[in-house]
Amino acid sequence: MKNSATADNRHLLRASSGELKALKRNGMIDRLFERSTLFFALVVLVLLGSIMASLVMSGWPALSTLGLDFFTTDRWAANVEKFGALPAIYGTIVTSVVAVVIAVPVSLGIAIFLTEQCPMVLRRPLGTTVELLAGVPSIIYGMWGVEVLAPFLQSYFPTIFPAGTGLATAGLILAVMIIPFITAITRDVMLTVPSMMRESAYGLGCTTWEVVRSVVFPSVRGGMVGGVILGLGRALGETMAVTFVIGNNLFFSPTLTGQGTSIAALIANQFPEADGLQRSALLALGLMLFVITFIVLAIARYMLNRIERRAP
Amino acid sequence: MNFSREGSMSARINESTLQATTSPVNSVAAAKLKVEELNFYYGNFQALKNITMEVPANQVTAFIGPSGCGKSTMLRCFNRIHDLYPGLRTEGQILLDGQDINDRKIDINLLRSRIGMVFQKPTPFPMSVFDNIAFGVKLYERLSARDMEERVEWALKKAALWEEVKDKLKQSGQALSGGQQQRLCIARTIAVKPEVILLDEPTSALDPISTGYIEDLVNELKADYTIVIVTHNMQQAARVSDVTAFMYLGELIECDETTRIFTQPAHKRTEDYITGRYG
Repeated sequence: MKNSATADNRHLLRASSGELKALKRNGMIDRLFERSTLFFALVVLVLLGSIMASLVMSGWPALSTLGLDFFTTDRWAANVEKFGALPAIYGTIVTSVVAVVIAVPVSLGIAIFLTEQCPMVLRRPLGTTVELLAGVPSIIYGMWGVEVLAPFLQSYFPTIFPAGTGLATAGLILAVMIIPFITAITRDVMLTVPSMMRESAYGLGCTTWEVVRSVVFPSVRGGMVGGVILGLGRALGETMAVTFVIGNNLFFSPTLTGQGTSIAALIANQFPEADGLQRSALLALGLMLFVITFIVLAIARYMLNRIERRAP
Repeated sequence: MNFSREGSMSARINESTLQATTSPVNSVAAAKLKVEELNFYYGNFQALKNITMEVPANQVTAFIGPSGCGKSTMLRCFNRIHDLYPGLRTEGQILLDGQDINDRKIDINLLRSRIGMVFQKPTPFPMSVFDNIAFGVKLYERLSARDMEERVEWALKKAALWEEVKDKLKQSGQALSGGQQQRLCIARTIAVKPEVILLDEPTSALDPISTGYIEDLVNELKADYTIVIVTHNMQQAARVSDVTAFMYLGELIECDETTRIFTQPAHKRTEDYITGRYG
């Protein structure tokens, strides 16, 4: 298309030979530029594909040997070559759900305050704080969890948190980690509601709560769900902080507050010294986590896209 | 200059000239709203300068003037929508039936239910047509299901929308056409039975036919309501209003009955503007 446009120009404008040379040169540079950016973009796809492929290949021995037992049994014992992923799956899901349940109301509260009520002076500092919180490295949350949160829970609620660490503690840490994400996304989608829409509702005599509940939230429902799922995706895959506080107990304990493990924590703990079937089983676990987060993120993207398309 | 839509304007002008022998500013028509020495500031910028005027009850008052003259700012002072934003400041008084609306004792939500507003673009809420109307009513009244249905029907009929949407009450209000959406917004405003209706360039996003509907509507509604309309379309002001206020750079240059403003304005600036010399 670019080339034919150049030809037309030559015909229509009767370019001089110098101009023609320049056109040719510019065209070549442009083609080079386009191809190199295409190349960089393809690198991403290739990377994703090859990670997926290598996980499948390395995890295959374990998956084919263990079959369905891999997903349904609850004993993970490397010395007898038993690898049941149930405790890790359970831990991953429970910690993430706890995190989302705690994080959603808090995040919505912050987002409502930031968009609807916050005085201008505070809006910027508060918004920046939330964004900074999202940037804190997860190992710092992990250390804080072990040093401060777990002992605190153990000494103030010893009946609920006998060990301090555990699934619920990990859920709490995860909640703190995903609150900034959900808050930032919720705030951004709430800001897509036109101010005229808000003014119309206030103009009818609505209070702030009525405006938020009946006009703002319904307008951005999809985007908010997308934000929550994005947070969930992050919670599912979080490794470092969780490994610090989850207790790393391989025995299946189907409770909320007991010590347990998660897919990511189990891999982080065992992978460096694993070989043979154990290594393959850990890679298969990784594949599972990959697929789960992939699906969750795809849903989030879909929801967010829907809201973006609708926003004027 | 041709003011007429479907050639009806000349007749209307004569009619209203016959009716109003004195200027409405000092006339028998009771003032619904009185503005007294109103100054308004966006931060350090003074957007309204010492404005004093009256809005007569059950008439249509139009604000005209070039962009940025403060006409929308003026309108938004009437229901204190400015209060939503920090850094804005009002001085002076606006009296609604003699009561200062900026008084601290005034409940702002109640004030806004008394003074309804329709905006430049249609803003249907993300809910059904029915709920769009019922929503505002529910804020201040507890009606039985049947009474609510009646109220919704009444408001939609008043806004000349009933026939078009009576089979679509459960559909999303946002699925209607632009002109229908704007009439839905007017119906929503009427449904809470306000005393004053503020229209901020209500037809600027609409096609001529929808504009015609809304202008007819304004004419009918003034029997029951006091209407204030901001428009950048002078023909529209001439067609729908009884009183016209011309604003320029935050000042009220002239406020008089519409026929006089458009035939023998007292000020050179007004004349320049309405004859299209700037703006």
